[in-house]
Amino acid sequence: MAECHPVGFQWVMEAKARGARIFHIDPRFTRTSAVAHRHMPIRAGSDIVLLGALINHVLSGGHDLREYVLRYTNASVILSEDFQDTEDLGGLFSGYDAETSSYDPETWAYAGGEQEAPAAGARDEQEKGDDPDGGTSQGDGPGGPSGRITQEHGPGATYEATSSQTGHADERDETLRHPRCVYQVLKRHFARYTPEMVEQICGIAPDDFAELADAIVANSGRDRTTAWVYSVGWTQHTVGAQYIRTASILQLLLGNIGRPGGGILALRGHASIQGSTDIPTLFNLLPGYLPMPYAHHHEDLDTYLERAAGDTGFWGRKRSYMVSLLKAWWGDAATAENDFCFDYLPRLTGDHGTYHTVLDQIEGKVKGYFLLGENPAVGSAAGRLQRLGLAALDWLVVRDLQLIESATFWKNSPEIETGELTPEGIGTEVFFLPAASHVEKDGTFTNTQRLLQWHHKAIDPPDDARSDLWFIYRLGLRIRERLEGSADPVDRPVLDLTWDYPEEGPHHDPSAEAVLREINGYDADGNILSGFTALKDDGSTSCGCWIYSGCYTDGVNQTARRKPGSEQSWVAPEWGWAWPSNRRILYNRASADPQGRPWSERKAYVWWDGEQWTGHDVPDFEKTKPPSYEPPPDAKAEAALAGTDPFIMQTDGKGWLFVPRGLVDGPLPAHYEPHESPVENLLYKQQGNPVRQTYDRPGNRYEPVDSDVYPYVFTTYRLTEHHTAGGMSRFLPYLSELQPEMFCEVSPELAAERGLVHGDWATIISARTAIEARVLVTDRVRPLRIQGRVIHQIGLPYHWGSAGAVRGDSANDLLPIVLDANTHIQESKAATCDIRPGRRPQGPALRALVRRYRRMAGIPED
Amino acid sequence: MSNSLYGPLPDVAEDAGYTGAPERRGFFTDTSVCIGCKACEVACKEWNAVPDDGFALTGMSYDNTGALGASTWRHVAFVEQTRPRQVGDGGDTRWLMASDVCKHCTHAACLDVCPTGALIRTEFATVVVQSDVCNGCAYCVSACPYGVIDRREDDGRAWKCTLCYDRIGDGLEPACAKACPTDSIQYGPLDELRERARARLDALHEEGVTEARLYGEDENDGVGGAGAFFLLLDEPEVYGLPPDPVVTTRDLPAMWKWAGGAALALAGGVALSFLGRR
Repeated sequence: MAECHPVGFQWVMEAKARGARIFHIDPRFTRTSAVAHRHMPIRAGSDIVLLGALINHVLSGGHDLREYVLRYTNASVILSEDFQDTEDLGGLFSGYDAETSSYDPETWAYAGGEQEAPAAGARDEQEKGDDPDGGTSQGDGPGGPSGRITQEHGPGATYEATSSQTGHADERDETLRHPRCVYQVLKRHFARYTPEMVEQICGIAPDDFAELADAIVANSGRDRTTAWVYSVGWTQHTVGAQYIRTASILQLLLGNIGRPGGGILALRGHASIQGSTDIPTLFNLLPGYLPMPYAHHHEDLDTYLERAAGDTGFWGRKRSYMVSLLKAWWGDAATAENDFCFDYLPRLTGDHGTYHTVLDQIEGKVKGYFLLGENPAVGSAAGRLQRLGLAALDWLVVRDLQLIESATFWKNSPEIETGELTPEGIGTEVFFLPAASHVEKDGTFTNTQRLLQWHHKAIDPPDDARSDLWFIYRLGLRIRERLEGSADPVDRPVLDLTWDYPEEGPHHDPSAEAVLREINGYDADGNILSGFTALKDDGSTSCGCWIYSGCYTDGVNQTARRKPGSEQSWVAPEWGWAWPSNRRILYNRASADPQGRPWSERKAYVWWDGEQWTGHDVPDFEKTKPPSYEPPPDAKAEAALAGTDPFIMQTDGKGWLFVPRGLVDGPLPAHYEPHESPVENLLYKQQGNPVRQTYDRPGNRYEPVDSDVYPYVFTTYRLTEHHTAGGMSRFLPYLSELQPEMFCEVSPELAAERGLVHGDWATIISARTAIEARVLVTDRVRPLRIQGRVIHQIGLPYHWGSAGAVRGDSANDLLPIVLDANTHIQESKAATCDIRPGRRPQGPALRALVRRYRRMAGIPED
Repeated sequence: MSNSLYGPLPDVAEDAGYTGAPERRGFFTDTSVCIGCKACEVACKEWNAVPDDGFALTGMSYDNTGALGASTWRHVAFVEQTRPRQVGDGGDTRWLMASDVCKHCTHAACLDVCPTGALIRTEFATVVVQSDVCNGCAYCVSACPYGVIDRREDDGRAWKCTLCYDRIGDGLEPACAKACPTDSIQYGPLDELRERARARLDALHEEGVTEARLYGEDENDGVGGAGAFFLLLDEPEVYGLPPDPVVTTRDLPAMWKWAGGAALALAGGVALSFLGRR
């Protein structure tokens, strides 16, 4: 965190000054480790074992906060008799179909046949019988690189959510003794996650594990809370979503969610990544986490909403969120009669994530591409495929601050050097449009705490540089100009779009505040809405993103508030604005006990004062719903949740220890080895995540498990001095001089084993390519003893590329495309390689070296 | 007069001829909370328009600027320390980080030796080079006991930290202190900083961090106490700092005395020789 988020890390330092104990778990010793109380090196890709063993420690020692677990989680729910755990099936859950390498979650349901609707994750998904991912061979099952073909599908069997989502489970055992209750299932599931396994798989000694386990148990409960902070070191794995799930289970058991000082804090890759999931740049989401509709037959707004989320909890208001969004986009054209233009929305036909798209580019299926502030030629896994994809386009628009590699690949990419591509042989027409930086435009950043902070334009952008808002707005205007008068119904969605903003400044920028007001929403009379509970499902309100509604309440840009912390309470509600409804801690009803009293004086946050919820923060609960409230049988939306149900987005108001719906790779986390691993899975017969997305094809060959040819683990990361793929740092001398060259970090032991010399060059080789880097031999990287063997890990920062003030090879070129099936995020934190002293071959000889290695390992030829 | 060159000096600005000067300002750099982000280095260069210092990987841990110099006015040192270890042994790694800067000495040798008056003492008791006066003679470079001030190769003049003279005069804190996310770099009245530093030192000692020590805070040291002082977690040499810096002009009076004595003796000898001739 100190390494990648030095500014946010000041609060960790402040907590430390107040007595917090800081553990840092990371393969390498970083700037964070330098100031933490304890650093524990871990083998990359083994965190579920560590977290699972902590869960086991909590469960077997009875350290859970029992009243919290009993009332606020689904621990007491009894599962279906058909459910079979990894314990029974050698590492698989029931419902696995080896042919399609996918799960049918039907058996994961609660007993009584009630199927919960998830609050997030897989919703409105493919129906069975769809074949959206022909090009994806998932998991260990068969499959070929035949390309993605979306097939028309019949009305076949579905596992969509039913309309009878009443929320609360039918069968419970409050004593937590029933063998099929979630609590007991958890206990059995995690029983094999022992300190011995932690030692054998993670490389963390039992004494160190005990110190960590004791510390988090002692620091959790009524009086104390523990927080977990993670970043892409957890998400960029084939089991990334399940890493977070494991942490969620641990934190729920310890009572550390919804309470001050608790939580699981996701640090983002760069500024406003939270904002770009809230109002998403993701292919499968609409603003406010509404799912993007799939290309189902005859789906109208009603059937979409039925699938989109449950009817109970605050998702029960989904119709008002969706209709208001459609009204914001299509204004007067959106009417009840035409389903508020629901048919105008594009439909998904499968995985349209970035990696799938790149493979489609290579196959010639994608003609044009926009890159707005993204440099995939350096920043994405399998860099060579990224560049081959760009080279196969008809046209490419790059908007960035600098001439990044994704704009200049046609003349300076490694493939030009190897002779695989020639500038004259690349047909891609590249349009480079200089972009305004964040100080040259108005707008918001949304940070990991869901805090929107307005930034005012400090200076006008120079020369031709313009803001993204300017560009997108004008692009829209020009497209509409071209379509004007068109009678083709396919053009209606663009022509009917509300696309009119006041302009300001010398460059006639559309007003960012006007956009924020549109996001906040209006009532039928054009008055600014006070918040999302004011949204209507009849088309009388419009709102660009329901969770952001209220950010402009009272006609004031709430996100621009900057009252100093010293002039307000410690929760600082008047600094910026947090979604939803300016709540600083989500689900904070859980900060009070079931009766509504603070768990302790020390941890008091919000509480029931006899008449209403009150406290330091905006209560994340209906203000006057008493703790004693019991929902009537047919209640809908939030009225269906009891006064003791803090997790108000869930259909049952409970924190889900066991997830019956929403994840494609299992209702509980299980440790699977990274796709490329030096060891076999010690916990289960199943080696890797059975539903991970693999693409075994030319340019993306995988290395075998426990390979002599590629014996070392490598992990990629960032340095404080550079910004992601370098577009904002490698072109600036002040940052470039601080980390001027690509390097690899190795232990003295590995250096001795391979003859690597500090300061000299090394070549790192994978089945995809080979790169060169200067060698830093450092004690900060430690070999680990895993299953009786010494495992070496190599650290690779990924900032460099072929352009900029400082240049070097890109670590991401080494990585394959292999994805988490929930998120379609690549596994870039754990893979295998070889390393040897000296520079890599230059020119065509580079490919020959990579081929020779592949041959030695018995990997198919490209 | 002797105190102007050596030893404690209660009012540095007054000694330099100011009347009614503001309190002496300085830096307290608490390296125990430094996270090595180098924001100080970048902020300093941004504000003062200092050029880059070359793109060279030094191999000295994450330190690629190497040392203070004409184009590096804040420099973050990275020191890796490890107790011998075995595979699987947790070992005991420490990574020390410390942001170094001009010490703005009570007795500043650079200023004392400057023949052109380019180096001046400001009303805040800091030491500043006036680049439009500097003639590049480099006397200051060899005079500095810390090796801070240096000449820029391409323009020949001497450059160093100004303690952001153009900011503090407007009531702003220096750029490096402003940018420091963990308050490792603290700016303020020197007396206040010294008090804060002693309290921090006591707290660390109480926590068992017995190796913590202050550096440059003692006005009885060789430079009469530094205007920019440090809390370190090891010997100064570990960070590349001189353990016992002495203002190079300390011995000037004594040297003059000896020189004078020698001159007298010489003159006497000459006289005697003339006398002897008679």
